[in-house]
This record gives sequence, structure tokens and C-alpha cells, in this order.
Amino acid sequence: MMGDTLVVAGKAYDSRLLVGTGKYRDFDETRRAIEASGAQIVTVAIRRTNIGQDAGQPSLLEVLPPTKYTILPNTAGCYNAQDAVRTLRLARELLDGHSLVKLEVLGDAQSLYPNMPETLAAAKTLVAEGFQVMAYCSDDPILAVQLEEIGCVAVMPLASLIGSGMGILNPWNLQIIIDRVKVPVLVDAGIGTASDAAIAMELGCDGVLMNTAIAKAKDPVLMGHAMKLAVQAGREAFLAGRMAKKPYEAQPSSPAAGLIQKSA
Amino acid sequence: MVICVTLNGTPREFPAPLTFSQLVDELALGGRRIAVERNGEIVPRSRFPEARLHDGDRIEVVVAVGGG
Repeated sequence: MMGDTLVVAGKAYDSRLLVGTGKYRDFDETRRAIEASGAQIVTVAIRRTNIGQDAGQPSLLEVLPPTKYTILPNTAGCYNAQDAVRTLRLARELLDGHSLVKLEVLGDAQSLYPNMPETLAAAKTLVAEGFQVMAYCSDDPILAVQLEEIGCVAVMPLASLIGSGMGILNPWNLQIIIDRVKVPVLVDAGIGTASDAAIAMELGCDGVLMNTAIAKAKDPVLMGHAMKLAVQAGREAFLAGRMAKKPYEAQPSSPAAGLIQKSA
Repeated sequence: MVICVTLNGTPREFPAPLTFSQLVDELALGGRRIAVERNGEIVPRSRFPEARLHDGDRIEVVVAVGGG
């Protein structure tokens, strides 16, 4: 749909699908799947360089150049606010002062569930330092509102556990967050297949962020394209406004009048 | 003179004096998109030519990698 853009931190994006860059077989598959998805914002992780082992190898940002994509550095693997803030300061230096970031502070390695007290603390520090923070969070509406009040530019509740592919487990909480929060709400984590993404968008989410659902599909390039279509379809269905559900009342779509049996 | 620093968690010795620009060359990271931290503080790339490493520094050199 022309003109229906996702606006994050004052910048408009035609695509409402954000994708991660992890878990692909190689950089070529990464590039092709992301191109097929139409995503304009791509997440990256910040890690120690392998001293003496990387020389001559292409780097991710050569495959996905910041001139073509909005790079969204994340804090995956951080379990407290201090580590997350430190990681994003490095990311800002790495990306020439780019301030849009994905904050995720994890609670434990089994669930990768967000540690919300640490997420809130990190968000406060980062906003004070001029970062534009998109925050991975639990689907607690009160905490989502608090993230908005701190100054986050987007809140990104999980649909289900990171990498689980379990889809949207609590659409009702997402709905409350969508209703209460004014900044963009993006589902981040848990999408398994195209219908999950479409449901998120039909609920009224402003966007969807996913990685594993595309990277671990049998054909990641085809799934990238499927997700593009699903997000577009879900968005248009949301804007179109679905018909009311009528659980106990069937209504024919064809005229009741003019049936040939009645014309005797 | 030699300085000993901890580079990405591993002890390393370098001849001193050593600027961050020289460190980058030494590690064959020239031209790559990296960020560097010394003892928890960012070392801006603009300071690489002048800023020198000190004995005992804890240095982190990071890159962007695939991730969600």
C-alpha cells in the first residue's frame, strides 16, 4: 500500500517487517533471504572480533551495507543493564554515531525472557545518552507504557519465546499494549510462520521483527518473501477492518430471493 | 620497551609506544568496521592516530555479526 509507512524515531519505512541476520548458512543466503523479505531495518549483534582469524573474510556490513539498510544493533547476550549500555555505546561508535538501537536484556539463558527491571534501567540510561531505543520486552502492558514514558521510540513485546516459533500466545495482552502505547508496537520473537506474522499485523501491531522463522525455514529465501506478503496482508486486513464475528449466526452470501425451486 | 594488554580477553604483548592506529594495523584490521573500548571506555576512531595503549589496558575490539 502506497503511503502507509512505519515511522520509527521520525524516519519512515515502507516495510513493516524487520529481520535479524543470525543463523543463516552463509552471507549469501543472508543477503538473498533479506532481499526477498523486503526488510529495510536489519538487526546485528556486536561481538569480539576473532583476532587473527577474520583477515580477508567479508564482513556482515559489507553484505548488508548501512547505505542500503538501517542497521539495528542489538544487545543479545546481555543479562544486565550495564552490559547492554556498554554494548550499544560500542555499536554507536561502530556505526558512526547511529543512535537507533534494539535493547534486549535477558533474564536467563533457558527462556531468553526479558529481564524487565534491567531493561527499564538500561532504557533510562540510553535515552539520557541520546540513543533511540527500540525495546524488546515482556507483553506486560504496564511495563510497555513505562518504556514509552522513559522515551523509547518503539516497544517490542515477545509473541512467544525467542527462537521458539510458537507464534502469538497472548493476543489479548498485545491488544492492550497496542491500545495503550502511542509509539510503534512491534512483535519481536516467537513468529514461526507467515500466519503468525499476519495475525500480529491484524491485531494492529505496527510491525514484526523476526529472525529464526526465516533463517531456519527449509527455504529461507522463499520464507523471507512469504513473510513480506504476510506482513503486508495482515496490515491491509487491519486497515480494511475485519467483519464482525458472528459465532451462532450463519448468513448466506448469495441472495435468498430468486431461487429456481420457488418459481414452481 | 614492551607493554602487556588484555586484548579481547587474551593477554598480548606489543612493542611500545603503540597507538591504536598501529594496533589496528598490527591486527590486520585496517579498513574494517570495528569499535574499540579501553578499560570500559570507548576509544573514538578519530583518536586512533594519537591515543596510545598503556601497560595493563583491557582492550575490546568488536565487529557487527549476524544476530536477531
